[in-house]
Amino acid sequence: MEYEAVIGLETHVQLKTKSKMWCGCANEFGAPPNTNVCPVCLGLPGVLPVANEEGLRLTVLTGYLLNCSIPSFAKFDRKNYFYPDAPKNYQITQYDKPSTAHGFVDFEFAGGMSRVRITRAHLEEDVGKNFHFARNSGVDFNRAGVPLLEIVSEPDLTSSDMAYTYLNALKDILIYGGISDCDMEKGMVRCDVNVSVRPVGQKELGAKIEIKNMNSFSGVRRALDYEIPRQIAVVKAGGKLSQETRRWDDVGGITELMRSKEQAHDYRYFPEPDLMPFEPTAAWLEEVSRRVVELPLARKQRFMTAYGLPAPDAETFVNDVPLADYFEQVTATAKNPKAVANWVINNLRAKLTETGTPLAEVKIKPADLPDLVALVDGGKISSKIAQDVFAEMFATGEAPAAIVEKKGLAQVSDTGAIEKLCDEVIAANPKSAEDFRAGKGAALNFLKGQVMKLSKGKANPGLVGEILERKLQS
Amino acid sequence: MADTELDVKYVAHLARIALSPAEEAKLGAQLGNILGYIEKLRELDVSQVEPTAHAIPLINVMRPDEIRPSLPVEDALRNAPAQANGLFLVPKIVE
Repeated sequence: MEYEAVIGLETHVQLKTKSKMWCGCANEFGAPPNTNVCPVCLGLPGVLPVANEEGLRLTVLTGYLLNCSIPSFAKFDRKNYFYPDAPKNYQITQYDKPSTAHGFVDFEFAGGMSRVRITRAHLEEDVGKNFHFARNSGVDFNRAGVPLLEIVSEPDLTSSDMAYTYLNALKDILIYGGISDCDMEKGMVRCDVNVSVRPVGQKELGAKIEIKNMNSFSGVRRALDYEIPRQIAVVKAGGKLSQETRRWDDVGGITELMRSKEQAHDYRYFPEPDLMPFEPTAAWLEEVSRRVVELPLARKQRFMTAYGLPAPDAETFVNDVPLADYFEQVTATAKNPKAVANWVINNLRAKLTETGTPLAEVKIKPADLPDLVALVDGGKISSKIAQDVFAEMFATGEAPAAIVEKKGLAQVSDTGAIEKLCDEVIAANPKSAEDFRAGKGAALNFLKGQVMKLSKGKANPGLVGEILERKLQS
Repeated sequence: MADTELDVKYVAHLARIALSPAEEAKLGAQLGNILGYIEKLRELDVSQVEPTAHAIPLINVMRPDEIRPSLPVEDALRNAPAQANGLFLVPKIVE
């Protein structure tokens, strides 16, 4: 019997705010332990949390970017449990009335488009960070109270590769939208994986196994590559899986049991009495919606259709937004945007790196790159000469036509002038001329090269070829 | 008194409180009384009342995203039973 995997992901993302969610402590990575803490985030008695408006804005903005609906009423709840990194003995979260729900993420996968539905993205708070020593553990609460978004997907994923691709697509969207820096090294994104297996064609889901606290996307992929075959093997051997929580051992490359359902937590959720409900007004939502940006996939598709770019070029512009903005600015007047893209991606980018010039300080004027392309396309200069003209444009900011004029670089298409050069070269290379006449086609390329050299690269190469051939055959 | 079942042992475990059998019996009775009192509310007809998460009619209480000073680390750690290198020390965490 064939089995299939059913995977859902809960992705936790730290929001990019200046201060924490309920207090004014800095939301900052890498500060000395317990220096970004105050009575509120330490859970001292008698304090009152107040919601950070930017945290709520970024939550709703995420909802828009993930095609969610934004309920007109949201509230906060307490999730009660004891753990050393939770100073209040509860986590503030959104239980039954989240700020966003029912969305989806579209992404490219396996040569086509895939869609993963988003159950909800709700706002909660991060906990402290634990350090483990030989005899005890230490806790740093700098991270406690940092706004954390939990993005819950429907179980729409079917393989480790699909999960990996979805996570990267989600990350790109969040970075694009300015929601989070998504720096994995700094623990800004963490993932819980829910995975079960079932015979292909069966409707009911198998026992759900949760793999907790994954901190890298490649780890998620590896954990699934281990866990899916493990579950299939258990079921195939006639065994029974039961709901349990497992831990991924990255070094050993295996998952191991953390707790089974019998010891499952009882969180006793109840409404957070210290925080007021949230009912966004139309004006507030309108202000947030103005921050919606074009998503990476839409951008890629637009660059491919509007400018006729091949996928790799479009992807380059998706991954380098400032360069893409520059390209869009300069190509506004271009007849041949694809050629302009080549100049931007290959030549301009190389020059920027080589000279350490920031993009904002590029001297080339917006209309000049399309003009350069037009000079090449119109046969005015050769593409080889164009390289020199480009270097000059980059160095001085002069217009390409002016450079061609000043340096006398215009391509020579004057038949008389080229004939003269061809005669000279044939006279100087009798052996090659002989070889060509004897049927060695390669000799023509050599002669052509000599003519180009003599013309300092300015002769129209097409014409040179024609004229040489005619002369040699006569 | 309403008939309210309460697993005192379980609730005590959730709250991480160790109770003697005598305390269990005493607290069980007291909690039963409280729950019985809450049961009384069931007698009210609330079908016309909108559910609420809060007794105070306030919504959208927010603050601007601005950094304010945190506590000096020595103040933050003042109540710590044990500390080292700026960290709160706790019994070894095992999952």
